[in-house]
Amino acid sequence: MSGRDVVLARIRRALADVPRGEGPSDPPVARDYLRVHGSRTAGQDVELLAENLADYRAIVHRSGPDGLPALIGRLLAERGARSVVVPPGLDPGWLAAAEVTRVPDLAPSTARELDAVDSVVTGCALAIAETGTLVLDAGPDQGRRRITLVPDHHICVVRVPGQVVGSVPEALPRLAPDRPLTWISGPSATSDIELDRVEGVHGPRTLEVVLLAAG
Amino acid sequence: MSGTSLGMPAFPRAAAVSTGDSRLRANLTHATHTIRDKRARAVAELDDWAQLRAAGAAVKDRTLRHLDHYLERLEESVVAAGGRVHWAADAEEANRIVTRLVRETGEREVVKVKSMATQEIGLNEALAEAGIRAYETDLAELIVQLGDDLPSHILVPAIHRNRSEIRDIFLREMGSWGRPAPEGLSDSPAELAEAARLHLREKFLTAKVGISGANFMVAESGTLVVVESEGNGRMCLTLPETLISVVGIEKTVPTWQDLEIFLQLLPRSSTAERMNPYTTTWTGTTDGDGPRTFHLVLLDNGRTDTLADTVGRQALRCIRCSACLNVCPVYERAGGHAYGSPYPGPIGAILTPQLRGIEGSLEASLPYASSLCGACYEVCPVAIDIPEVLVHLRERVVEGGPVTRRGTRTVLKPARGHAAERAAMRAAAWAFDHPGALRGGMRLASRTRRLHPRRLPGPGRAWSDSRELPAVAAESFRDWWRRTRGEQRPDGASGEGRGGVR
Repeated sequence: MSGRDVVLARIRRALADVPRGEGPSDPPVARDYLRVHGSRTAGQDVELLAENLADYRAIVHRSGPDGLPALIGRLLAERGARSVVVPPGLDPGWLAAAEVTRVPDLAPSTARELDAVDSVVTGCALAIAETGTLVLDAGPDQGRRRITLVPDHHICVVRVPGQVVGSVPEALPRLAPDRPLTWISGPSATSDIELDRVEGVHGPRTLEVVLLAAG
Repeated sequence: MSGTSLGMPAFPRAAAVSTGDSRLRANLTHATHTIRDKRARAVAELDDWAQLRAAGAAVKDRTLRHLDHYLERLEESVVAAGGRVHWAADAEEANRIVTRLVRETGEREVVKVKSMATQEIGLNEALAEAGIRAYETDLAELIVQLGDDLPSHILVPAIHRNRSEIRDIFLREMGSWGRPAPEGLSDSPAELAEAARLHLREKFLTAKVGISGANFMVAESGTLVVVESEGNGRMCLTLPETLISVVGIEKTVPTWQDLEIFLQLLPRSSTAERMNPYTTTWTGTTDGDGPRTFHLVLLDNGRTDTLADTVGRQALRCIRCSACLNVCPVYERAGGHAYGSPYPGPIGAILTPQLRGIEGSLEASLPYASSLCGACYEVCPVAIDIPEVLVHLRERVVEGGPVTRRGTRTVLKPARGHAAERAAMRAAAWAFDHPGALRGGMRLASRTRRLHPRRLPGPGRAWSDSRELPAVAAESFRDWWRRTRGEQRPDGASGEGRGGVR
């Protein structure tokens, strides 16, 4: 017998107490938990998102469409960034004021090449207010998962209020399971040494979030 | 790990050593109290915690009661998304599969995301025997690996080490595994983390094979989920060409929607955060993004035996948050190593004897590694009634009874060495059935109390070696009641006088 047959046969024997007529989704699951905690307007969701992002030491900025290129240019300059990875579908206008080398997100480029790049600028799929989480789904304005991982500085632009949801239960139906997802809540961190929190072990040590209001 | 743990002493012997280690106790007390307090605040933020907890337990129960269905569904979805699925009945088979898969890539080194399942099966040791070096990339696991040590906590495996010990390990060992620690390394956590970053980045940038576990597997979509903080998980899951995930069959959840429950329960219970810094999900392979080849190894290794026990089955709900460790008075004093398994603390005390069987002396001692205070049940985000399972397993140890081992039902004989306990339980049962004898015995005990030894003789010595014998009262409760409350019955049934005891 294959390992598969062995394991499945053991499971069926182990479940002899389950009545034959019971279907896989018959055991009841009461979903009486809340869809969202508290009642907030869309604007209040944005405020909560900003608060929770900052609480986990992301640096939060706000901008309208007109000010965005100057803001991104300034953030990159302040970091001394000379090169930035650009996802294929990123609005080119966002980087119009940035005096940096643009590195396209290409499949053949190696992780070592990415390691030599200073920053990355992306959009996101959505953001979750209650947990201060950005979700990336590898869409055209976000690129491959590794480009937001290897460079040490990530600037993520969230369109508010459109891309902000209140809670985790509100986020999942808007995300496609067949896309690779990266959920980001603050910069990389560890608490493995005497539970002292240290930011930036392997992922970007600096996470800057721009809340981009509609024009 | 199973190999390493075979020589482990039984819990009481190991605990007797570790409880005398004052540095270990100080490290543990600081750590567990810090997490415990933070967790309570994080949980209090959600006023539907009780409903989330009940839903989490119910989803897991639903999956477990139809695990064959959901695993077949999962396999179908993973294959449809471009992954390959392998089934391993035990640790040996899992190690054989993973070794073969790594060999087929032609690589001799792999990077690993922290994974309980691969520790359980002793994968690193099996790979080493095959000439393959496995690099642990979680900071705490790195500390454990470099220190040639064992993990002592599910979430913070190096919780037993303080900063100066960690600095010494880094300075001494990093060089022989790759990039050495910077000269003049201090013991500040930030500098230590930076040293680990530099040491491991070389591995991440060159590794062709990554090995992980998973926190959840979604049957309907074939999606795997890894929840982490440092980014080492993201590195291992997205940079290598080949990804091999070894996952216990109980990590399955039926639907994508079910994640909304567990992604709320797990971070708050585990690290006391609203959300952990990084969560990665992947469904098979994606063109041009992440590994080109994905293997999922579904691991039984005692889980189906656990499933066969209708009381013990609930242990398979566990989402490895480690909240039970941080509230357990026994864990806090004994430390994780005393449990002789990658699963320490209250959950380890019920999981290890079920996964491995209770015939071994360590496994038979674990159901006793508890004061049954119930704190573990209170904090468990999937409501595993750990005390209930502990008592159930104690009964199995003492009285024997039906169990399933490697898929076969068998009747376990009572464990040797518990004859005194069995005799005492029978004597107690007889005495409670014979009130006259009980009354007489208690009176006799009171009157001879000055003659009682401080330690028990014979087989009782092991018990009294680590405990103070309770003092016998000068007067039995029954006699005291009779003297102070007249003929009123102790159950208060007369209803008269100075208030019955209810």
